[in-house]
Amino acid sequence: MDALVARHGTELQRRFSEATVAVCGLGGLGSNIAIALARVGIGKLLLIDFDKVDITNLHRQQYKASQIGRYKTDALAENLFEIAPYTEIKTVTARLSEDNLTTLLSDADIICEAFDNAEAKAMLVNGVLEQLPGCFLVAASGMAGMDNPNTIKTRKIGKRFYLCGDEVSDVADTIGLVAPRVMLCAAHQAQTVLQILAGEYEV
Amino acid sequence: MVKVNGTELDIAGKTVTEYLATTNYDPKRIAVERNGDIVFKSQYDVTVLEEGDSLEIVSFVGGG
Repeated sequence: MDALVARHGTELQRRFSEATVAVCGLGGLGSNIAIALARVGIGKLLLIDFDKVDITNLHRQQYKASQIGRYKTDALAENLFEIAPYTEIKTVTARLSEDNLTTLLSDADIICEAFDNAEAKAMLVNGVLEQLPGCFLVAASGMAGMDNPNTIKTRKIGKRFYLCGDEVSDVADTIGLVAPRVMLCAAHQAQTVLQILAGEYEV
Repeated sequence: MVKVNGTELDIAGKTVTEYLATTNYDPKRIAVERNGDIVFKSQYDVTVLEEGDSLEIVSFVGGG
């Protein structure tokens, strides 16, 4: 922790280490977001996913072949503990819905939407903005395919709602998801979390 | 005029639902912010757009 303070400064590291950040969906976006935030020294990560690691996830998600078949929550918590043992991890192996999101996410200061399904993304974004007025939300839309990396961007949509991605590249219309482009979008989300914690609210 | 995603449109007086019906947006994939605050899904039918409003409609695509 002293090493992080030396890098980030006392005040910034205090803000990072006092923060609770929820990562909703632990696929290509969420697993990369969680690792970036753990390395930075975010105090508490709340990891939520219902799914298990599949062989088809390994091309872009931060799991290992040896973890196939395990819940993503458990596998990612294990990987994070190896990387950053000072991060407090809470896992919830469940499917988020309009009915449980207030209960499951009420501790979070900032919520990252990291689902892959468009309707699930919209459900979470509407649900968080309607039901959790104290939270910031960092969502993602459009990171599939082979387009130029520079088209991935971050916009501030509302007072506490940020959106990362190119906003148009639907996975259904492309060759699918490739690791670097998904990581770019995840990095935008993770960095936006840090900007918010640093008090830099404008993009 | 109402600004929708940066474009001025002559839709003051319409509800959010009435405006959306003139577009290709899939209601299950969108979130609507009006002047920086979320418009609750349950309020689309009764939220009347006013002169000078700024609307941001986010339409999500799949992938993550």
